Amino acid sequence: MKTYTLTVNGKRLEASVAEDTPLLWVLRDTLGLVGTKFGCGAGQCGACTIHLNGKATRSCLLPVSAVGEAKITTIEGLAESAKLVPLQQAWCDLDVAQCGYCQAGQIMSAAALLAEKPKPTDADIDAAMQGNLCRCATYKRIRQAIHTAAAV
Amino acid sequence: MNITDSLTHTDRRGFFKTTALAGGGLLLGGWFPEKAAAQEAAAASFSPNVFIRISSQGAVTLFAKTPEIGQGVKTSLPMIVAEELEVDWEKVTVEQAPIDPRFGGQTAGGSTTIPSNYDRLRRLGAVAKTMLVTAAANTWQVPADECAAASGVVTHAKSGRKMSYGELTEAASKLPVPDEKAVKLKDPADFKILGRRITGVDNPKIVTGEPLFGIDQKLPGMVYAAYVRCPVFAGKLKDVDLDAVKKSPGVSDAFVIEGTGDHYGLLSGVAIIGDSTWSVFKAKKALKATWDDGGHGAESSAEQEKKAVEAIKGKAAKEIRRDGVLGEFPADLRSVDSVYYYPHLAHANLEPQNCTAVFKDGKLEMWAPTQNPGSGIDGIAKALKIPKESITLHLTRIGGGFGRRLMVDYMLECAEIARRLDGKPVKVTWDREQDFQHDYYRSGGWHHLRGWVDVAGKIAGWADHFITYGLNSDERPGNGADVGGGELPAGFVPNFLLERTILPSNVPLGYWRAPGSCAIAWAFQSFIDELAHAAKRDPLEFKLDLLGPDRDVSPSGGRGRPYNTMRMKRALKLAAEKAGWGKKMPKGSGQGIAFHFSHAGYVAVVAEVSVDAKGVLKVEKLTAGVDVGPILNLSGAENQVEGSMLDGLSAAWFQEVLIADGRVQNTSFADYPLLRISDAPKVEAHFFKSDFPPTGLGEPALPPTAPAVCNAIFAATGKRVRKLPLSKENLSQT
Repeated sequence: MKTYTLTVNGKRLEASVAEDTPLLWVLRDTLGLVGTKFGCGAGQCGACTIHLNGKATRSCLLPVSAVGEAKITTIEGLAESAKLVPLQQAWCDLDVAQCGYCQAGQIMSAAALLAEKPKPTDADIDAAMQGNLCRCATYKRIRQAIHTAAAV
Repeated sequence: MNITDSLTHTDRRGFFKTTALAGGGLLLGGWFPEKAAAQEAAAASFSPNVFIRISSQGAVTLFAKTPEIGQGVKTSLPMIVAEELEVDWEKVTVEQAPIDPRFGGQTAGGSTTIPSNYDRLRRLGAVAKTMLVTAAANTWQVPADECAAASGVVTHAKSGRKMSYGELTEAASKLPVPDEKAVKLKDPADFKILGRRITGVDNPKIVTGEPLFGIDQKLPGMVYAAYVRCPVFAGKLKDVDLDAVKKSPGVSDAFVIEGTGDHYGLLSGVAIIGDSTWSVFKAKKALKATWDDGGHGAESSAEQEKKAVEAIKGKAAKEIRRDGVLGEFPADLRSVDSVYYYPHLAHANLEPQNCTAVFKDGKLEMWAPTQNPGSGIDGIAKALKIPKESITLHLTRIGGGFGRRLMVDYMLECAEIARRLDGKPVKVTWDREQDFQHDYYRSGGWHHLRGWVDVAGKIAGWADHFITYGLNSDERPGNGADVGGGELPAGFVPNFLLERTILPSNVPLGYWRAPGSCAIAWAFQSFIDELAHAAKRDPLEFKLDLLGPDRDVSPSGGRGRPYNTMRMKRALKLAAEKAGWGKKMPKGSGQGIAFHFSHAGYVAVVAEVSVDAKGVLKVEKLTAGVDVGPILNLSGAENQVEGSMLDGLSAAWFQEVLIADGRVQNTSFADYPLLRISDAPKVEAHFFKSDFPPTGLGEPALPPTAPAVCNAIFAATGKRVRKLPLSKENLSQT
């Protein structure tokens, strides 16, 4: 057990956990931020996607000991105020979700894409969203929502 | 909705006391003392039935009775009530209903929620509206038929008087509840909510990561558990080093569960308890245990295939249906003889199986992502030997159902672990490998099909020797592993034979989205396409001709729903028209069409594909023509049809569960891939909005998709796919 001070959604939070604990479980079990989802534990599904210094990162493979001073953003912290960011709003308005389980990871990957490429093409979306599986296959609306948010 | 409101619901009779928190994800269900203020507020509300509560301030709360697995019923069910209740949808609060017999059946499966609840929910909404209108009429001393309700307000047009529903709650609560069968329903032409595009009620919570799902539950003082079963199904634990497990970091306890010994009950294994999911996952991986595999440790997919090949050469075990004569056809009939094979499939819910519970003073309180709460309660009562009344089950939102969560094995495990922990809340979470290896699989199977077309280009005869699996039985097909004798083309061709042979297997089978149909449609619709080509006829025209004149074709043995050929033909024509059936396609591209009637829904799909010279497949577009009666929520309906088509494509293209050494070999999304965004074709859903009673859309668009794609591959390449998954087929032109 070791105590780590993490910067999560702009707050400094402490977690006493084993060094090899993936950030995913620190977020979910220790810090109570359950918006980031467990899907595979192997970086194959993207449900656990968070931002590490703004980059889309799979939290299920990242040991907490490797986080250091990096800034962590989770789905709970994507909107800095009560107002949804355009991506979240587009996701609601276009009714993207079916079961909804993968959508936090989808939105985090999409947000990182838009930060890098504000007007992504379909090919950009394919490349950036390739690692986020949706078992309900809501891909058409995911694509639409990214384009909609990009147009805001 | 504030937290206090959501903690305790009490209707005016005081017997509707529950916590509706599970769906909302607040985690303190049975743990908070009841709040007097909340009870008072609830007592002052109008609740003529369990589905509706209107507060004296006019807040309308509607309860969605069945679990939300992504099929959209948490939105569509309350829409039906709201329509007849005459309230504005935007002002309605929706809550997941508690488990209560007054809601009627609460299982989510078989695309039945809409057809079995549509009429009743309309009536219950109308009951409440009628009482509110009567209350206003009585207050004003005017005839009720001079009053009208809209947007939560009753108006007497002649005098210009108005009262809101909130103001009427007290007076309405004193009225007798009218007979639901006698209330007047709206003319669907006047619908304001149904038929619109309404977005999901949980969307804002989903996009902000609020706790909603089973796996998100957390109780004060909760511990985490992993559970290790025998890798060979229903095997028993022989020996385990529990002391070594208990020394693992973060692990507080470990113990053995004997189990009930059957594949669908509480399974034998080792429970590991610790301070985090990670701690117990690590200990699980390191666990050293030996197992008694019950003599089932040699089963393999390869051996089963050999048996199937032998069975196909031999005589079938049983004749299921025979019409007319077969085999004695004139020599000028064209005949086709093909064997189709499809593999076992896993459900691969993205939210792994999990369950949270606390057992205290002989009572169990549980939070479960289950499609089948009734079966869960029954199973727990039996396994723990406690009365059903001692079990309180809360429904959570579910990260994918697809039929996996009709089975309640993970709930039984959690219940037994909670019982052993006596008073300590516990969450059991499965890892991905376990989720793949302890599923209840969609059965693989073989169809040896023989068909004959006559000189007029019609199907003269059809014979099928169907080879399927039974759970250690050669007499009884496994769950979801049979084909009924009423399946088209039975009843549509003059000479027909269906025979069946069952291969015993220890692999537990289950219901996978559109059970039965998900496999049958692929084999039958592909083979019908073969016959169309043998007859040198356009596949669409051939299929319309097979359906024949407009009529209801009776189901086999008088059970089930009749097949309305008019509805299927117009679904076919709709899909064909919207997809531009028959248009000129470039070399290496093709269109394919297929149709299937299941879950009371009529769906046809046209697929457009291209295959390059190296055999790389690209599915360009899937277009569905659908007749499920009127559409209740256009957004949800489109989502279901589009998702079902892609699910059907994903399975047919990539997925196969393989058995060796009696156990499942697939461990991850690397060896059981799901469709990715880059492979997802354009999808379009088109509805023929008919006046038939509305039916469900969770499943019926899936079955026709795989055969439409394979028929398109044939059109593009001349290669007929008779074995799935597609990814293993050589489609190259060399």
